[in-house]
Amino acid sequence: MTIIKRKFDVVIVGAGGAGMRAALQLSEAGLKVAVLSKVFPTRSHTVAAQGGIAAALGNVTEDNWHWHMYDTVKGSDYLGDQDAIEFMCRQASEVVYELEHYGMPFDRLENGKIYQRPFGGQSQNFGGAQATRSCAAADRTGHAMLHTLYQRNVRAYTQFFVEWMGLDLIRAEDGDVCGVTALDIETGEVMALLARATLFATGGAARIFNASTNAFINTGDGLGMAARSGIPLEDMEFWQFHPTGVHGVGVLISEAVRGEGGYLLNKDGERFMERYAPHAKDLASRDVVSRALTMEIKEGRGCGRDADHLLLKLDHLGADVIRARLPGIREIAMKFANADPIHAPIPVVPTAHYMMGGIPTNFWGQVVAPYKTGPEEVVQGFYAAGECACVSVHGGNRLGTNSLLDILVFGRAAAVKIIEDLKKNPHHKPLPGDAADKALARLARLDSQKDGENVAQVTATMRKTMQAHCGVFRFPDMLRQGVEKMGEVAKRARQTEIKDKSRVFNTARIEALELDNLIEVAMATMVSAEARTESRGAHARDDFPQRDDDKWLKHTLYFSEDRRLDYKPVRLKPLTVESFPPKARTY
Amino acid sequence: MKELERARWRCRRGLLELDIVLQRFIDEYYSGLGEMELRQFEALQDLPDNDLWDMIALKKERINSDPQPVLHLLQTIAAFQETKIPGNKYGTKT
Repeated sequence: MTIIKRKFDVVIVGAGGAGMRAALQLSEAGLKVAVLSKVFPTRSHTVAAQGGIAAALGNVTEDNWHWHMYDTVKGSDYLGDQDAIEFMCRQASEVVYELEHYGMPFDRLENGKIYQRPFGGQSQNFGGAQATRSCAAADRTGHAMLHTLYQRNVRAYTQFFVEWMGLDLIRAEDGDVCGVTALDIETGEVMALLARATLFATGGAARIFNASTNAFINTGDGLGMAARSGIPLEDMEFWQFHPTGVHGVGVLISEAVRGEGGYLLNKDGERFMERYAPHAKDLASRDVVSRALTMEIKEGRGCGRDADHLLLKLDHLGADVIRARLPGIREIAMKFANADPIHAPIPVVPTAHYMMGGIPTNFWGQVVAPYKTGPEEVVQGFYAAGECACVSVHGGNRLGTNSLLDILVFGRAAAVKIIEDLKKNPHHKPLPGDAADKALARLARLDSQKDGENVAQVTATMRKTMQAHCGVFRFPDMLRQGVEKMGEVAKRARQTEIKDKSRVFNTARIEALELDNLIEVAMATMVSAEARTESRGAHARDDFPQRDDDKWLKHTLYFSEDRRLDYKPVRLKPLTVESFPPKARTY
Repeated sequence: MKELERARWRCRRGLLELDIVLQRFIDEYYSGLGEMELRQFEALQDLPDNDLWDMIALKKERINSDPQPVLHLLQTIAAFQETKIPGNKYGTKT
């Protein structure tokens, strides 16, 4: 089968904050840029980010990037690479001012400067008083950022391919990346998009879990494509869980509820957080509260027929307070839990929220892998930025407001690097003869599969398996069984069958292809988690409750082909300042 | 051709809240919509995520907008899981 080929200077997969920040830089530099997105760009998951962008502007209280760097290193539980963290924190002010000049409607102080608010994990003087570092546009910072970047891209003539799905990477014989194959959802047509640089900015993949705050589009397509082409995935055992997602649907109930005085109850009506965190109680940090909920459920004190959730009570606040201060939360509870919090508690469970791991990159967004001689060889022509990448600035645990910063800094850094690299590589590499074989084989398999598995059923089994065996709190037996079970689920996923074989707008086919990607992410997560015998950041093991820096101060690399693990050292040496040596993480 | 699939795909949004409510709307009401309601639904889908969600959840309607039966349907959709309904099952000892 011959397929259509088109040539660009740069192809970007994903049109969230990272992809659009990079696209803007590249288009303004006069390069021919194609951006692929499964949905209209302003409907990317970046719109869900509410908290703000961390930058030590010092507009409200004294601040500097070095304090921000300390907080980020400590928050990462010392798994973050300190060169990348210094790079990010030093550039934070600049990328925020740049965004301001693009027209981002930041909230303002009376003196006209950008308003900043305090956020958990932000400190002054290396762990001292609370810092005020988050730049926000009301509670819709991500939304404002995405719309601002989209408008600027339209002005810069970035070419968007809307409702296109990336299928597989195209790699030359020497391993260099020379583009992607992609599917036009509207026509069902497959195209090879050839590029001198290929950037993945495909976002997160928390849809591997049964309880997830992520939108349906977050299926880890970039990770799946990278893994299938031999690129390892880094630190996939690290997922941040939010303690209060609505049971059964995942929609987030913000920390504001507990801030206003709401608290959690088990089936005996006990306020159990008093046992786990006597001081902070229900306001303890996310990982502490999430683990407590998991323990209550595991020990049989969960609520409901299946004893599988806890209750968030706020009726004692009174109808007036709830109506005045938590109107959005009340609507969410009524719509998604059939509970009016004025009268009844909200059923909640810890819910997967953010992926700290991803495609390994350096702080210029270049994908690095141990595929030739060294552990961090640059994969020529291939870049990644945003949640799909593991730079790693978040290490074992991400701080709030550092994700929007991550996408701005590394979206821009990748673009700067691409512009520089393309000056050295003025020509496209010759297209390998088998460029589209992998993608076409997957499509052909789907077309010819008989007596196969139902996509929705396999997806549901995967999500339940991940939730039960590799959730917030991890147990050795469950992890071992989980690896086996996921192996079976992966086998079933290779035999999925779709009834609709047509080409035009075949969403059944898209969902089957998304499952291929989810399976790669899920398998990487389970295998990596089973192997890491310590607790660090968001990875909490029952049998190894302590962090073990002697054995585990290192990054995991998972290779899909033979489900092999490798490790590489954490980059403890920053660019210009002294290293922050690992110490106990207390708040 | 494939209008239902197209409409369903375009219910994929940046916010999980909208994913759930819009998919539920498609399942329950889409096949019964008339010409005018289809156009209303498409107009609503063109709104930015946060604006649309505010209109559905907080009943923030834009001034001067025509009465929109489709929006009212979206506002009344119950998006919880059917099997978990009885409110008292979650009841506490308070």
